[in-house]
Amino acid sequence: MLQTLLKRAAPAVLAPCAVVSLAAAAPAPQTAQVTIGNFTFGPAVLTVSPGATVTWLNGDDIPHTVVAADKRAFRSKVLDSGDSFAFTFTRPGSYAYFCSIHPHMTGKIVVKSR
Amino acid sequence: MAEAHRRRFLECLGWAGTGLVWTVSGGVSTAALLAAGEGLAAPRKPAIQPFTFVQVSDSHIGFNKDPNPDARATFREAVAKIRALPDKPAFILHTGDVSQLSKPEEFDDADQILREAGLPVFHVPGEHDMLDEREGQAFLERYGHGTLGDGWRSFDHNGVHFVGLVNVKDLKAGGMGHLGEPQLAWLKKDLAPLAASTPVVVYAHIPLWTIYREWGWGTDDSAQAMALLKRFGSVTVLNGHIHQVIQKTEGDVTFQTARSTAFPQPAPGQGRAPGPLKLPAGKLRAALGVRTLSVAPGAHPLSLADAALA
Repeated sequence: MLQTLLKRAAPAVLAPCAVVSLAAAAPAPQTAQVTIGNFTFGPAVLTVSPGATVTWLNGDDIPHTVVAADKRAFRSKVLDSGDSFAFTFTRPGSYAYFCSIHPHMTGKIVVKSR
Repeated sequence: MAEAHRRRFLECLGWAGTGLVWTVSGGVSTAALLAAGEGLAAPRKPAIQPFTFVQVSDSHIGFNKDPNPDARATFREAVAKIRALPDKPAFILHTGDVSQLSKPEEFDDADQILREAGLPVFHVPGEHDMLDEREGQAFLERYGHGTLGDGWRSFDHNGVHFVGLVNVKDLKAGGMGHLGEPQLAWLKKDLAPLAASTPVVVYAHIPLWTIYREWGWGTDDSAQAMALLKRFGSVTVLNGHIHQVIQKTEGDVTFQTARSTAFPQPAPGQGRAPGPLKLPAGKLRAALGVRTLSVAPGAHPLSLADAALA
């Protein structure tokens, strides 16, 4: 029973990896997610290909924002619990960002061709 | 005439010639040489007259999650507590996070509830009050009358100097609270003419000392502000943000954080993250509250009392 559950769960767990490898194999638009929880961005560093759309989902019970460290590249509105924000990264580079409400919360999106 | 008698003589008669008068106020002894024509009846700085004032903080109007489904109701209870005080306070200081999401209706409700206290209110913003499209302009338009820059101000009341600082504006990645150079330059000018014996009360949202860096509970450039306040004999720093009473004394400076009226947060570093501390409904009100401060002449002119909602 447990093994069955694990087998069932496995594809879901591996899904982000599968998307990544597909994107590497073909130029289909890539998507990735960052989850906000316990005042942290997870994963803190996320690597994607150019053209990828990253979605941040606030799973915390307190509002957060997603703002590029340079405050120009991208900036979300305030995200209440359950709200999300998406941004498509077209140019390679390293994009540091933070929560402008709780600036000790930081993360980074690395955009590079594979 | 012995000096003690001479002093007493001066006090009793209000002698208005040239003389040396010792006063002790704000914890600092000062010898003031009175110029001719400047007698005791017209001191150079206002004497401290007793009064009380109230600090409320972190009302988070709009918050409706565990452990408080209705932050409006608990804020109303806090205001009822203020109304029930035996001595009518001179005013209220709200140390920020009036709202949860800077929505107009949240500010409207907060104002309506606070108006029931029937007292003047001085606000400084919290980071939750900077979430409108224009990053804090809504707060400033509503509460910033008579303020400078991003909403900082000072005023005097009965011999005490009050300074409201803003440390939630334009925060930097990886940082904590931030005052900024323009505000620090203004603070320097604002404090310059004051006698060191003047009691000073500084109020701001995020603590002006580092309580817990990992959670951002501090202000990056607070040391510069504290350096400007070092010469004063009595400095009281009132903050919110961390939703619990923590105090520290450093020389003549007393730092005090206040309870929220909406929800408590964990003690510094206890648990994985800050945020609403889940409590059973019956225990919530013991973790919320208001603070009353009393001012009276003497070596320690300010005293405070924190009262829980229940």
